[in-house]
Amino acid sequence: MLQDKDRMFTNLYGYHSWSLKDAMKRGAWDNTKALIEKGRDWICEEVKSSGLRGRGGAGFPTGLKWSFMPKESDGRPSYLVVNADESEPGTCKDREIMRNDPHILIEGCLLASVGMGAHACYIYIRGEFVYEAQILEAAIAEAYEAGLVGKNACKSGYDFDIYLHRGAGAYICGEETALIESLEGKKGQPRLKPPFPAMSGLYGCPTTVNNVESIASAPAILRRGADWFKGFGRENNHGTKLFCVSGHVNKPCNVEEAMSIPLKELLEKHCGGVRGGWDNLLAVIPGGSSVPLITKDVCDTVLMDYDDLKENGTGLGTAAVIVMDKSTDIVAAIARLSYFYKHESCGQCTPCREGTGWMWRMMQRMVVGKATVEEIDMLWEVTKQIEGKTICALGDAAAWPIQGLIRNFRPELERRILEARKNAA
Amino acid sequence: MPTCKVDGKEVEFENGMTVLQVCEQAGAEIPRFCYHERLSIAGNCRMCLVEVKPGPPKPAASCALPAGDGMEIFTDSEMVRSARNGVMEFLLINHPLDCPVCDQGGECDLQDQAMIFGRGFSRFDEDKRAVKEKYMGPLIGTVMTRCIHCTRCVRFSTEVAGVTDMGLLNRGEHAEISTLEKAVSSELSGNVIDLCPVGALTSKPYAFNARPWELKKTESVDVMDAVGSNIRIDTRGNEVLRVLPRLNEDVNEEWISDKTRFAVDGLRRQRLDRPYIRKDGKLTAASWDEAFAAIAEAVKGKSGSEIAAVAGDQVDVESMYALKALLASLGSNNVDCRQDGAKIDNTHRGSYLFNSSIAGIEEADALLIVGTNPRWEAPIINARIRKQWLTGGLKVGLIGSNLDLTYDYDYLGAGPDSLKELAAGKGDFFKVLKGAKNPMIIVGSGAIARADGAQVLAAAKAVADKAGMVRDGWNGFNILHRAASRVGGLDIGFVPEKGQDVDSMLNGVVKGEVKVVYLLEADEIDTSKLNNAFVVYQGHHGDKGAHAADVILPGAAYTEKSGTYVNTEGRVQVSRVAAFPPGEAKEDWAILRALSAKLEKTLPFDSLTDLRNKMRGEFPHLAEVDSVSAGNWGDFGVAGDMAPGAFENPIENFYMTCPISRASETMAQCTQEVVLNVREATGTNA
Repeated sequence: MLQDKDRMFTNLYGYHSWSLKDAMKRGAWDNTKALIEKGRDWICEEVKSSGLRGRGGAGFPTGLKWSFMPKESDGRPSYLVVNADESEPGTCKDREIMRNDPHILIEGCLLASVGMGAHACYIYIRGEFVYEAQILEAAIAEAYEAGLVGKNACKSGYDFDIYLHRGAGAYICGEETALIESLEGKKGQPRLKPPFPAMSGLYGCPTTVNNVESIASAPAILRRGADWFKGFGRENNHGTKLFCVSGHVNKPCNVEEAMSIPLKELLEKHCGGVRGGWDNLLAVIPGGSSVPLITKDVCDTVLMDYDDLKENGTGLGTAAVIVMDKSTDIVAAIARLSYFYKHESCGQCTPCREGTGWMWRMMQRMVVGKATVEEIDMLWEVTKQIEGKTICALGDAAAWPIQGLIRNFRPELERRILEARKNAA
Repeated sequence: MPTCKVDGKEVEFENGMTVLQVCEQAGAEIPRFCYHERLSIAGNCRMCLVEVKPGPPKPAASCALPAGDGMEIFTDSEMVRSARNGVMEFLLINHPLDCPVCDQGGECDLQDQAMIFGRGFSRFDEDKRAVKEKYMGPLIGTVMTRCIHCTRCVRFSTEVAGVTDMGLLNRGEHAEISTLEKAVSSELSGNVIDLCPVGALTSKPYAFNARPWELKKTESVDVMDAVGSNIRIDTRGNEVLRVLPRLNEDVNEEWISDKTRFAVDGLRRQRLDRPYIRKDGKLTAASWDEAFAAIAEAVKGKSGSEIAAVAGDQVDVESMYALKALLASLGSNNVDCRQDGAKIDNTHRGSYLFNSSIAGIEEADALLIVGTNPRWEAPIINARIRKQWLTGGLKVGLIGSNLDLTYDYDYLGAGPDSLKELAAGKGDFFKVLKGAKNPMIIVGSGAIARADGAQVLAAAKAVADKAGMVRDGWNGFNILHRAASRVGGLDIGFVPEKGQDVDSMLNGVVKGEVKVVYLLEADEIDTSKLNNAFVVYQGHHGDKGAHAADVILPGAAYTEKSGTYVNTEGRVQVSRVAAFPPGEAKEDWAILRALSAKLEKTLPFDSLTDLRNKMRGEFPHLAEVDSVSAGNWGDFGVAGDMAPGAFENPIENFYMTCPISRASETMAQCTQEVVLNVREATGTNA
């Protein structure tokens, strides 16, 4: 179990005040000037060698992402955009950071901006996070007041401005290019890539979009050193990570743990175990609604990191663990997710616009068994017709939960169909 | 040059090309719905997916992917086929498949591509989506349930037309194209009908008229303005059903204005289909012989100076050539093709042409617009200006009425004073012009069709000279004409060298000095001044000119004759016969030839070919069809003081500028709804 001394998010549960004074007591903003003065390359290198991978879901190495930013400006400014549009069902980690430890995020923004040569940072916060936006706004004001950000931030000579922008609640605006569009005041629809944001992002300028947790991890990594961070987790899956456990566990919680912790250990140590005992476990969605579910036999041994989950046909995603015990109507649960993706599809490209609705309608019928067995194969095919054919990853995200369901619970689907037919006869 | 492989075939390509373009170049056809060469790339239909190596193991949208050196592209692999079949299935599940009652049937991209990529049956067992009907004005018919959300129409209207009226509402499967229930306020709106790959946006006036395979297609030239847009006229039997654009990169690219496209229903109304003679103040039907005899009677004994002729704005060069010859044989040099009284003459061809050419706008970096509203006088040219402006490389200044031209400009003033200042080399905008590499000036008829037009012209030339607009390889001096016949008329000298121009003719009639006036499709003059004269009207519509006539000779409209037209750039183009003139109406040159025989001044040609050969012998550049011969340059205009009044735009209503458009019901509806902004109650609105 992760020791308290190794926790980055020391006020995750809001036992203390979020204010600057208290945050500084916890170590935030401690000699940030010295970190800035070590320079851009050092920051970038340190984050790179820490092995930090993007905490928003895709798991792209953060330091590497920063290094894509142009070393010398061609006249255009560089921007850091923080993706605080946390809307993945099951996920509530960024919310807690912003609510209880906003100064870690703000300090991270400054350090990350130095690491990529940006002098302005935009935090795009989900519209529904009203309370969090108020706190973040107040925290930013505190930081400006204390001279930690703004002109000559932390007296380091580095000018840095930070802005908070509230979204309007569309899930798709969590996709980095849709977020940029929305930030520019346009309709939140993903852009085509290439060009990637590092070449042409916000207002056509080089931009890096990072998740709140990734950015908030930066100060601790830079202070304690890459090796400290690297000490957690398996090769290629380093660091500590916030896990959001919800569903049928005795004590649902947000918890910071070392990467590569076995799922079973995570649930038993921190969440009081699965409701009704481990054997009562039906399935787990280990990384937020977008990844396929895994069944109990996989849960027995799987490690909570990018690579092991991938090997088991799912993904770490946002590390939002949704636990379902045997009382769950698994088909209805996945059908509800299908409804979510149908509702949140931006409607720009064909497979997602048309496919998400189709899948949801079929899933609704699957719930009550009003279908034929062949239609299960058809549903599988439809998910395959969407996967990998769309502009952004929402299509994939809509397809994967259903694929996971069919892969693991086909007998249940067939049983419902046969039963419905019997009842009708 | 970088190379890549398309389906195993090595091809070279230029840097910056997309995979789709490279595939096209290699001869591999890529299906597409949202991609269009002239619009920004949306990449949303996902039909153009191809397999690319190296790359992720999933298909890539070829329209948006830049081609890279050494790439291997597969357009017909298993991955590509299944991806396209999948996309096609998705497009069709919520498409109504009502092809039998859809106007797009037979020319529908979705229909065509479904033949290749579609299944023979549907696996979709759910209820199809239905979309509430939309209203988009009198021109665009909508069945939005058919929409596949390619957003071509949205991109066209925002990018090319420069209006923000169209957009995509809502998201996901509820996404809908909408104009918020109003007409698209653009003169180019009809092009979205061509762009729409399905039957969602169709031509309202043409609705349920015909199937494309029933139509005879005739390639021709438009005469609604002086741009000379290349068009295709679709006819069934003898009826012109619709007009579509024809590709010509140098002129209209592939757009046409709404007037060009929709005014043709005016060809069915108000037509002159037989000769008339005024008897006891009333026009009564007559035979050709009687009509000719009446004219012969009127002309008899008149001296040349007592006879005059005016050619209208849509007359072909051949007819003007014949009329000029006829008048000359009667001893008259009172001919004029400048109905609006523009103070230009034909001494120097360069003085009345759009010298930099329409395509040349794309090389310009500074532009001064004087006394014209190009958006109404030549929407196609306005779209080119906007296209160049969008690149960020064009700075525009305007003297005249302050209007929404769909691009930003510096407003320099309303009238001659501002022009005078520039001509003196003063003002900030002069510096812009002077500093530009390819500066341009566009002078419209609002500036030169006024009493001091010649002085304005001289001032405009002074600006051009001072700012260095004319040099070897670049002539930035441009006159923007409104009349399709104008440049041709000036080219063949249909102007009074020693005779009278339109103004003095009309005054001459009032004074009794001019006794016979021959109006060749001339309707835009003050006919109230013609009371004292014997008026012959030759034309196709019972418009203003015909009302004032003593004898009416029914002629052919532009769709009904083969004629030469020279556009504002000086480009010679020939129209073709798409339909025959109605009733007893005849082609115009033939009427003049027949009349000349009755007047015993028989013109020296017996066929159109004969006439054309003679005309081309005299004016060799008219033989160079589809090309522009540069105009000679010299001194023109008259130096002098200009009157202080503001330049006024001559067009009050874009949709009604000629006898054909005035007779068109569609154009009347547009006037009502777009210009006057009045919408008829439909019964469902309060």
